[in-house]
Amino acid sequence: MKIEIKRYTTEPEERSALITYEIDEKAQTLLEALNYIKTKLDPSLSFSSGCRSSVCGSCAVLVNGKETLACSHKIKEGDVIEPLKNMPILRDLVVDSQVAYEFNKKAKAWQSSHAKTQTLTIEDEKRNEVQSDCILCSSCFSACPVYSVNGSFLGPFALTRVWRYVSDARESEEQSKIENIQTNGIWDCTLCNECTIACPQGISSKGDIEKLRSKSAMHGFMDPNFAQSFGGGFSGGFGFDGSPAF
Amino acid sequence: MRECDVLVVGAGGAGLVAALNAHKAGAKVKIITKEYPTRSQTSMAQGGMNAALGNAGEDSVEAHIANTLKAAAGLGDEEMVTYMCQEAPKAVEWLNSIGVCFSRTEESKIAQRRLGGASAARACYAKDYTGLKILHTLYDRVLACEIEVLNERYLLNYITNVDEKGKKYIGGATFLNIRTGEVEVHESASVIVATGGYSRIYHKHSTNSSASTGDGIAAAIRAGARLSDMEFIQFHPTALKNSSILISESARGAGGHLLNSKGERFTNELAPRDEVARAIDAEIKKGEEIFLDIRHLGEHFIDEELPQERKLAKLYEGVDPVHELIPIKPAAHYTMGGIEVDNTSQTVIKGLFACGECANHKVHGANRLGGNSLLEIVVFGAQAGESAAEYSKDFHMPIDASLQRRRDENFIRGVKYFTNQIDFYQKREFIGNIFYNNVGIAREDMGLKAVLGAIRQIQKELPFMGPKDKSKHYNTNLVEFIEFGNMVELSEIVLVCAISRNESRGAHYRSDIPQANDIAYKAHTIVWKEDGVLCADFME
Ligand SMILES: Cc1cc2nc3c(=O)[nH]c(=O)nc-3n(C[C@H](O)[C@H](O)[C@H](O)COP(=O)(O)OP(=O)(O)OC[C@H]3O[C@@H](n4cnc5c(N)ncnc54)[C@H](O)[C@@H]3O)c2cc1C
Ligand code: SF4
Ligand code: SF4
Ligand code: FES
Repeated sequence: MKIEIKRYTTEPEERSALITYEIDEKAQTLLEALNYIKTKLDPSLSFSSGCRSSVCGSCAVLVNGKETLACSHKIKEGDVIEPLKNMPILRDLVVDSQVAYEFNKKAKAWQSSHAKTQTLTIEDEKRNEVQSDCILCSSCFSACPVYSVNGSFLGPFALTRVWRYVSDARESEEQSKIENIQTNGIWDCTLCNECTIACPQGISSKGDIEKLRSKSAMHGFMDPNFAQSFGGGFSGGFGFDGSPAF
Repeated sequence: MRECDVLVVGAGGAGLVAALNAHKAGAKVKIITKEYPTRSQTSMAQGGMNAALGNAGEDSVEAHIANTLKAAAGLGDEEMVTYMCQEAPKAVEWLNSIGVCFSRTEESKIAQRRLGGASAARACYAKDYTGLKILHTLYDRVLACEIEVLNERYLLNYITNVDEKGKKYIGGATFLNIRTGEVEVHESASVIVATGGYSRIYHKHSTNSSASTGDGIAAAIRAGARLSDMEFIQFHPTALKNSSILISESARGAGGHLLNSKGERFTNELAPRDEVARAIDAEIKKGEEIFLDIRHLGEHFIDEELPQERKLAKLYEGVDPVHELIPIKPAAHYTMGGIEVDNTSQTVIKGLFACGECANHKVHGANRLGGNSLLEIVVFGAQAGESAAEYSKDFHMPIDASLQRRRDENFIRGVKYFTNQIDFYQKREFIGNIFYNNVGIAREDMGLKAVLGAIRQIQKELPFMGPKDKSKHYNTNLVEFIEFGNMVELSEIVLVCAISRNESRGAHYRSDIPQANDIAYKAHTIVWKEDGVLCADFME
């Protein structure tokens, strides 16, 4: 079976090329195929992996343009493998995930303080059960189209994580958490749903962003785009003569 | 220049808990890992974490202690086990307070289930994602505390200096920055090792993450620390045959059967892990293939209770457990041995602490109970963090890292000139196979000695191996070669310990001597190096 892999290196000079590899038929998953290439054909191939069972979030790549965990994908003839998008490529299939993970810090995606309560109902538990399944594979981050226009956008998984904490009965400072995601946050999302499609864990960041929007409204925050079109008077959308202003 | 008080190497559950506690005690903390924190093996733990909360039926700390000591088969340290089991409810409470999403009961308490070897439903869990949810919440807490985390840096060696009394003390560690290819020195008053276990010696016969290569343990013995009980390695009875991916115990707990090629059941599926593993191993050695049969549990039950298992069996073995048998085999799962520490988690090198799977706090002894390692990483992670913070307060010694830096820079430069006449990936696979067959579930003197011979030969051949990839940036071929070197170093130690222990105890089963011998061997195997020579002894 043949698959193609996008290679990228900076040594001796910056180069990138799509290389075809002939894979042992025994390899079931893409990760096994990558290991086969590395140990049998070309030890310079670089990629990340860990658990082999879809839980450590190391091995996400693009397969035929779609975000996929290498350890959960069964290879097919002609598959084209590329690194994730929206993060700088370090080498071959390895991207600088730190760039994505930084957004958890910016979004303050944690519980504000130690909680005193020990009791949570099953209903409490269910509220963020799926969101806390996130494996930080960055697939959603790669799929999100907003980065091409706004590199400061907090992005899908960081916002899902904010929802995971804000919706938790143990969070005591909802207001400041919500305030922190108003700029470059929930209102910059176009609700295109690409993140949901990309997620291997069945998480919908789009859905979580919508929930954060209604929570924001409850806390007195408004969609700035919407607010502007009112508050900005005539300059906000239409020219004086009523024709659209571009 | 000393940049921090406490340097934590490894960012799994143990490392993150240690960092948080050192930070809380007022120390300046830095965490360094070869991956990213959330990618650590801790994410893979599914079953749960033990604490005698009694949320699902009666339980007591005493029962927890008794179960743990029983599994430890004479090698559990009563003081340490008691401490761990007493701290357990607090540890769970703490995790709950930082936001871990545990599963709950109807009474709004943390849900608990029963794992093998436990007299009660004692394991707190978060669906099938216990480790994942704990690890991620710890990571979020580390961000909240603004603790510095450096990723993709590979521990090479510890920096040690000697005081006026001739005693070794720690001064930091050297790392290979995987991205730049440069050697980095990180000086620190104290170092906590939390780099995980060494099950990957068994290569494709291990359930572990590919990162569990024992790096921190190998570096510890090189630096002058002592290791103990390295021959004790737990095998999980049911891993997928080709990939060694874990099929959770709950499949058997729910009534799954083990069958051989003839379709016969050959053991009690609910016996303790080591017994079931041995029964399977014996069948395999007779030439049988072994299967797990859960078809009779029905599609509905399988989809509700074992969805991961169905998915993984389809993906890796190409079988659907609803209609077909799952091919399985036992696989190396947990390493009980590790860096020898005292009751403050300190090693014999002053300022060098260890916690988690890389350390031996003697709470698992000869065999670990399921659910006790997540507990261990929280309880002793906290202890190591506090101890290191305390130690570094009074640390005013000079640190000289120049020698270690020079050595490691020379090594990184030199290793690229190794001749490459022998493929280390082939040898890695080879070691995995001979370990699985001879240093696995059932061992005997001849086989162990033959493997030791092979390992010593491979040690001699290392200069003829080396990375084929000579580039500087993100050279994973180089990283894997250094990991391989560490595993070869630990392989020899495991063998020397297994050969010295002429009895069967816990996970160490000698088919040539199937009984325990308390008079000679109810003691810990201790190893260390003197002028590069490996020494071993037994100590109470
Ligand atoms: C499939 C599976 C299921 C399990 N289920 C359970 C369970 O249900 N209950 C239970 O109690 N236990 C379970 N365990 C065991 C438990 O998960 C581990 O023992 C525990 O997570 C170990 O944690 P740790 O922090 O010590 O190490 P790890 O989580 O392995 O972390 C090690 C860290 O060290 C870093 N590191 C390693 N080498 C270097 C180096 N050279 N330089 C820099 N950094 C380095 C790694 O990147 C990583 O961050 C399971 C294990 C497996 C494999
Ligand atoms: S829905 Fe929002 S967060 Fe998700 S991909 Fe689209 S723009 Fe990005
Ligand atoms: S939300 Fe889904 S896609 Fe995004 S990082 Fe988490 S697991 Fe990956
Ligand atoms: S290797 Fe862990 S998610 Fe794929």
